[in-house]
Amino acid sequence: MRILTIFVLICLVVSLVFDRKKTFLGIKKGWKMFLNILPTLLNVLILVSVFLYLVPKETLIKWLGKDSGVMGMFIAAVLGSISLIPAFVSYPLAAILLKSGVSYQVLAIFITTLLMVGVLTLPLESKYFGLKVAIMRNSLSFVGAIIIGVLIGIFI
Amino acid sequence: MKKVSQWINKYLFVGVFGIFILISQLFNFAGGQTITNNFWLFFKEMIIFLPFMFILIGLFDVWIPKAKIEKHIGNESGIKGIVLVVLLATLQAGPLYGAFPVTYLLWKKGASIKNIFIYLGAFSTLKIPMLAFEIGFLGLKFTLLRTIITLPVFILIGYLMESYLRNKNFEIKQPN
Repeated sequence: MRILTIFVLICLVVSLVFDRKKTFLGIKKGWKMFLNILPTLLNVLILVSVFLYLVPKETLIKWLGKDSGVMGMFIAAVLGSISLIPAFVSYPLAAILLKSGVSYQVLAIFITTLLMVGVLTLPLESKYFGLKVAIMRNSLSFVGAIIIGVLIGIFI
Repeated sequence: MKKVSQWINKYLFVGVFGIFILISQLFNFAGGQTITNNFWLFFKEMIIFLPFMFILIGLFDVWIPKAKIEKHIGNESGIKGIVLVVLLATLQAGPLYGAFPVTYLLWKKGASIKNIFIYLGAFSTLKIPMLAFEIGFLGLKFTLLRTIITLPVFILIGYLMESYLRNKNFEIKQPN
């Protein structure tokens, strides 16, 4: 994280040197996005705080940890498919879950389904592609996410 | 007035949580203490780091000429077409449903079925601003690995969709 912060600062300086106006516009845009996402982020943090209090660590590890196997992957895939969490919020959330004992494999599936599969946005998607094609794309992405998770479990 | 009520709406849940913290302090509710500690710990970690990330995303947004790139993309075929749609997708920001209108534009410009679905896959999983986020929160190793594994998976999905839809009068519509 420190390296990334330094990287951002370097980008900022370079950007300032080239175009001051553009840089301020960029900062303003970023700040606006941050303020937009902040309530969602806080809400998710609150829910996770309560969730991690209610669910003992051992239980979490048993269901979603390294040895949770097929069940853990399935839970992650279903949760990721039906949730509408912005990606900006999903990474901090995943970081917390990782520290609480959830495995990389399960998180990879959760994140990938969250990004690629949208059950709640299916009605919107079918307006563009038709219902059948939308369901096909989502199903293939669902399977793809599980393959991605399994491979990550093998490599990490 | 409208702005205030919007603000209240957005932060309603946070306010309820604040009241919950106060009450659990008053009644010495141990669970409330644990939950507060959890929250504070997570919050501290995020709040230092997040503004930097959003500055990066903002800078990215003003420097990358997305409209220009979009103009040059469309009916290129083969590997070049794939590379171009993936590149275009990685420069975007926003949720998946924000990509559907773009697929309509690409379709109008003659992009193949395969490239449309490859674009969707890349859009949802490989956006550069999001990758910066992912590295920050989950580490470089995880991010690289996930990216490298994900790329062939959604290219394959693109091929599968195309081979199924090729002779099926598939079209992308613009909802009105």
